Amino acid sequence: MHFGRVIGTVVCSVRVPSWKGERTLLVQPTDSNGVDQGRPLVAVDLTSAAPGQWVFYVRSREAAAALTDPDNPADAAILGIVDSKREWSVDDAGRAGRP
Amino acid sequence: MILARVVGEVVATTKHEHLAGQKLLLVQPITAAGEAAGKVQIAVDHAQAGPGDRVIVLDEGNGAAQVLRRARGAVRTVIVGVVDAVETGDADGRAAPERA
Repeated sequence: MHFGRVIGTVVCSVRVPSWKGERTLLVQPTDSNGVDQGRPLVAVDLTSAAPGQWVFYVRSREAAAALTDPDNPADAAILGIVDSKREWSVDDAGRAGRP
Repeated sequence: MILARVVGEVVATTKHEHLAGQKLLLVQPITAAGEAAGKVQIAVDHAQAGPGDRVIVLDEGNGAAQVLRRARGAVRTVIVGVVDAVETGDADGRAAPERA
């Protein structure tokens, strides 16, 4: 799963029937520090996320499997809203500074 | 599967039901020598991994479902093992033991 920031809402009056009732959002991928990485993508939202929120999403077939009926064409799905993230200082030998 | 280092954790109250009760850790992919290689990802912990642990990360949905003993779902990235040691041979095929 990867970090991303919601940057918009995508509205379609015509789309595949298997996405009925689902929201689609525009997501800017970020790194674990929230810095933008790469190009935005459209993701099905399963968390009621709002623009500006930091989220995490899954790509590929597991995105479709996240919906109630997995028989749909999603290749990206927002799975959670990030409340907090903590990174430990870890050196190359694997010694970690305690949280 | 890939080698990775556990470098952090994520807390999310609002998350997909397939992630309910799961611990989410940040994993940094690494080389056999332990150097960072690639983007930090979020993985479900299924090996009681801790800070700084070197781990094996599965990144495929079917295997993830099997490990979590559930039908195929939204989970794709799972920590499935804590690495004690990696041994790599040199060009002549001689084994070169490496620190854990």
